Amino acid sequence: MQTMLWIIPALPLLGFLLLISYGSRLSRRQTAAIGVGSVLLSACAGLYAGGQLLLHPSLVYEVTLWTWIDIGDFHPAIALRMDALAAVFVFVITLIGALIHLYSAEFMEKDPDYSRFFACMNLFVFAMLVLVLADNLLLLYLGWEGVGLCSYLLIGFWYENPANGHAARKAFTMTRIGDTALAIGLFCIYYACKSLNIVDISTAAPLIFQQNPQEATLIAFLLLGGALGKSAQLPLQTWLPDAMAGPSPVSALIHAATMVTAGVYLIARMYVFFELAPAVQGLIAVIGAITLLVAGLSALTQYDIKRVLAYSTISQIGYMFLALGVGAWTAAIFHFMVHAFFKALLFLGAGAIIESVNHEHSMFRMGGLRKKLPIIFWTFMVGTASLAAIPLVTAGFYSKDQILWYAWGARHGQAWLWSMAWVGAFITAAYSARMVLLVFWGPLKTEVTSRPRWSITFPLIALAVCSTWIGFVDLPHNFGHFTPFSDFLHHTLPLTELRADPTTEWMFQILATVATVGGLLLAYSYYYIHNKRLRHLANQPLFRRLHRLWLAGWGFDKLYQTFISRPFLWVTKANKADGVDQLYSAMANITTSLNQRMAALQSGSLRWYIMGMVLGAIILFGLQLLL
Amino acid sequence: MTTASIDNVLLLAGLLFTIGVAGVMMRKNIFFMLLSVEIMLNAAGLAFIAAGSHWGQPDGQVMFIFILAMAAAEVSIGLSLILQIYHLHKSLDIDNLKEMNG
Repeated sequence: MQTMLWIIPALPLLGFLLLISYGSRLSRRQTAAIGVGSVLLSACAGLYAGGQLLLHPSLVYEVTLWTWIDIGDFHPAIALRMDALAAVFVFVITLIGALIHLYSAEFMEKDPDYSRFFACMNLFVFAMLVLVLADNLLLLYLGWEGVGLCSYLLIGFWYENPANGHAARKAFTMTRIGDTALAIGLFCIYYACKSLNIVDISTAAPLIFQQNPQEATLIAFLLLGGALGKSAQLPLQTWLPDAMAGPSPVSALIHAATMVTAGVYLIARMYVFFELAPAVQGLIAVIGAITLLVAGLSALTQYDIKRVLAYSTISQIGYMFLALGVGAWTAAIFHFMVHAFFKALLFLGAGAIIESVNHEHSMFRMGGLRKKLPIIFWTFMVGTASLAAIPLVTAGFYSKDQILWYAWGARHGQAWLWSMAWVGAFITAAYSARMVLLVFWGPLKTEVTSRPRWSITFPLIALAVCSTWIGFVDLPHNFGHFTPFSDFLHHTLPLTELRADPTTEWMFQILATVATVGGLLLAYSYYYIHNKRLRHLANQPLFRRLHRLWLAGWGFDKLYQTFISRPFLWVTKANKADGVDQLYSAMANITTSLNQRMAALQSGSLRWYIMGMVLGAIILFGLQLLL
Repeated sequence: MTTASIDNVLLLAGLLFTIGVAGVMMRKNIFFMLLSVEIMLNAAGLAFIAAGSHWGQPDGQVMFIFILAMAAAEVSIGLSLILQIYHLHKSLDIDNLKEMNG
């Protein structure tokens, strides 16, 4: 298996190549078989490799395929490396990827571009696997750009609608800001460490940066910039809500489960640099805490079910950043895994709902679907419960509770970070309950036109089972020290150091429960019992203004429009004549006018020409004689 | 038989050349311009002969044969061109023949 590691990313690549070359000649059945099969086989290989790692925890898979570039001291290889951290990501990417591909086989059935869709999805899975399995940062960057490209292709999948193309370009441009920071970060790392191999630089970094910690800070800051773009954190988060223009499986795979967590992976992978730069690590926590509140409040006001989920994704990744920032590395990865399952479930469920009610996106025009779509209802409820972190029974509780506890108790934990995360948990519960109440309870507003078949319901059920049971792989310490997940990850990531007394953990669990229940009750009272009170609240000017602000995602789009896009457009307009170009056009103008004057000499009068020649000869001879 | 000194011959050649140049510059008739060019060529030929005889080298005479052959070719082409020009324009006045307006 050691040398067969390449097969995990190679299978989706093969699927992509087959589909892109022969896609137009294949039937829908064959397309689906290739598209789903390649990822499914890759998932099997990934599970097998992950299982081997679980059995032999000290093992690390390493395989060098070939040297990519060979210039002087710089020879990055196409080499794959799978340790505990990468194994978790491979597990999530391939397993959820396979389920989402299966779902897409039915969901995209009527689309004319069936094979293009699967080709892009397979390419995405390939790029993401390259990202997490890369043994050096250059290969990681290849995967990083690859997922960006696939994201662009898939957001703009229905390209006939100009709005979708705009959303795709927006996503590409916003993440590009981060990508540029990451690229500069890689240059700095190579400059300082003379290598891009992740293991080499991680072991060498503490020595190299002992003398000049500012350099480590700069590198950590640039890496963080890359992570912010890809993971849609403040201030680069604006692309994610618009990315919902793509088909629902795309939202599930790329904008919830895997790609947006690439930033989390990058920070966890390069944790050495962040430990060397405590200031940047503190910044991660602050950004995460602010993002989770900002996005959570925005999610409270959205109409479109997919936008609620998009903002909730931003908010949940904010939790992961918070965990990374306080040094709770394993808690962040645990929440990543749990979140991937339940958010994929929610997006797939939302897609199925939208499809069933004739492509209606607004939650206010749904309602009463509880009886009509029982399977979707129950699976969606499981996902929502996990998102809201209902205590004890859901996976979301265990992962989020861990983050809340570490936000207080870890070495870099702060009381105010914890309180922001706690308010965030309250808001999360509130918007989750609001979403479910609007969609499934109340009177039926839109008729159900179609019902999902097994290849849609099976992934939903599988994900629902996972979203519940996956939480039990890492229980809190006061629940009997059953923590195989973090033990497994500690082969790669450092231990979380505590500053608080571990015996007080139960208090924080109760407080987290209070937040969840409080949020649920708040939404329940406003959206179910007292609908009138909601309208009364909405009429108050303060709340109306807040509502408008949050609905527009805190006006970040407008802000960037005013302070970046507009001035830029103004400059381009002012410079339409092109100041620099004037110099060159002046040269052209002088030549033309000279030409016009000189042309007068070419009169056609032979005797003038001879006169000129003789004059010239006389001058030359005269010069010869004089000099 | 007295031999002419090289200075005198070169002076004669220079004089012939000047006459030729003046002819090319001043004549309006294209036929006379061709004639003047011939005079210039012969001036050059004369200078070569004089130089050859002065240095006692055959090269001067070789060069003259070249010039003679070239002049013959030039005259034949020039004359045929003049014939064509006269055929087309019914005039040999160089100022009437100019068609470019600068």
